[in-house]
Amino acid sequence: MNIFNVIQEIEKVDPEVFDRLDARRSVFKHFAGFSKKLVATAVPLAFGSFLNKAYAQTGSNSAIVEVLNYALTLEYLEAEFYKQAATASAAVGAPAAAQGALALIRDHEVAHVAFLRQAITSLQGTPVMFTAASFDFTAGGAFADVFTNYGTMLAVAQAFEDTGVRAYKGQAGNLVANNTILQAALQIHSVEARHAAHIRRMRRDTPTIMASVKPWITGKDRGGLPAATQPIYDGEELTTQATVNIIMNAGGININADSASEAFDEPLTKTQVLAIVDPFIR
Amino acid sequence: MAENLEPTPVDETSNRINTPFNRRNFLKYTGLTMAATAIVLTGCDDDDDDTTPMAEGSVNLGTGDVGILNYAYALEQLEAAFYTQVVANAAFSTAFPSALERSILTDIRNHEVAHREFFKAAIPAASRIPDLTPDFSAVNFSSRASVLATAKTFEDLGVAAYNGAGKLFTDTGNGLTYLTLAGKIVSVEARHAAEIRDLISNGDFAKGDSGIIAGRQIVDTNGLDVALMPLEVLQRAQPFIKQTIVATGLPTQ
Repeated sequence: MNIFNVIQEIEKVDPEVFDRLDARRSVFKHFAGFSKKLVATAVPLAFGSFLNKAYAQTGSNSAIVEVLNYALTLEYLEAEFYKQAATASAAVGAPAAAQGALALIRDHEVAHVAFLRQAITSLQGTPVMFTAASFDFTAGGAFADVFTNYGTMLAVAQAFEDTGVRAYKGQAGNLVANNTILQAALQIHSVEARHAAHIRRMRRDTPTIMASVKPWITGKDRGGLPAATQPIYDGEELTTQATVNIIMNAGGININADSASEAFDEPLTKTQVLAIVDPFIR
Repeated sequence: MAENLEPTPVDETSNRINTPFNRRNFLKYTGLTMAATAIVLTGCDDDDDDTTPMAEGSVNLGTGDVGILNYAYALEQLEAAFYTQVVANAAFSTAFPSALERSILTDIRNHEVAHREFFKAAIPAASRIPDLTPDFSAVNFSSRASVLATAKTFEDLGVAAYNGAGKLFTDTGNGLTYLTLAGKIVSVEARHAAEIRDLISNGDFAKGDSGIIAGRQIVDTNGLDVALMPLEVLQRAQPFIKQTIVATGLPTQ
């Protein structure tokens, strides 16, 4: 078997094969190294595994980069929002603690942007780029006073955080090919959930808002947010997980539908999330 | 390199590889190798060596995906038992005079019981670990500070556990289902963790010392939460569990 003839045959159907092999020089070297130890009959199998590395890595990398760019888009949305929110927080009457919380969340979202950009670059991807001008945080006027009314500001913040949690959750399965990235995404995901919990607490505890919300999502209740935000909460009312009915009495403790839905957050697909955030992107 | 590969083996495989390629055949060829690899890996996970005799008073989590589910089940048992005792304690109302705080802790109890019961129902009985006996001798259930400090450890540790365990599930089939389910739970644990931290000191929902790794902030400079491997988590949880948890069969990557 002449391996270069085989590669030339592949080139007829995949003109980029040499680029792929060249980009995977280490794999190529690896193959050259162990080929000497192989008996000839083992070569077809080894060659298959070699091609798998050349293709699977670029293939899964590009899929992972796509997910990360989607996450990066959402992080830009949040980072640019909190930059303006933190700046405006004193003027809208946010207490000192709330101003600190908004600044802390801003710092986290800015760090997520930098982290994801670095991760994408390290996978030979090209990170997307957004600026403040890319976004319309009034969502075409639906939240016209987003940076002049504390209640509206926190409503939009809650919408973004609860969406972010569901968005990351929906992508975990698409990152399994890269454990480092999967874990990092989970580590961002839980920080978004911490943010969501605190923003909800802020909405509950602010005398001028006094929203009837808990740090967790009850049923598909949007906690006083405008009806337009309902898609952020639809599906959260699930009370059955992997065929297990969570509504139950467990040793005298009654798990009702509210508790059962609160105990599990639900994922959203990329399509669902992009439809939710679309009004905020110019 | 081509010279090294002579002489050409004349067998069915090499005949196939020398026939002109089209894209479908090529993908089929690489796909076939990947499928074979997956079967081998699945085979490893089906290794059922958790029947090894264990010492009295120890609980072996087992291997593979089910081992990870047992690991989560153990942590949820611990949390559920803790909050059940918090809410059932005669001093609950005096330790937590705020009705709002009592309702928050009762909600969390319900969520943790729901998680525990979910795993109990989802893990096949033959592979499921038994009921664990908690050891809360270090907790003063009449003290708000003691209860919240313990709750903070459990919640932050729970988040770190799920964050570190996601990658340990197999990458296909049931493994993906379990990853999604773990994802549904971990964000609720993170909401708990944030609220408990805020109850201790409002504004600490995502800042300050992690309390579970020396010198590590709960959210680092990259904006990342803590992630820990099972052995690291169990080392920290073990003092609260009477049985010795054996996690040596769990996947490590």
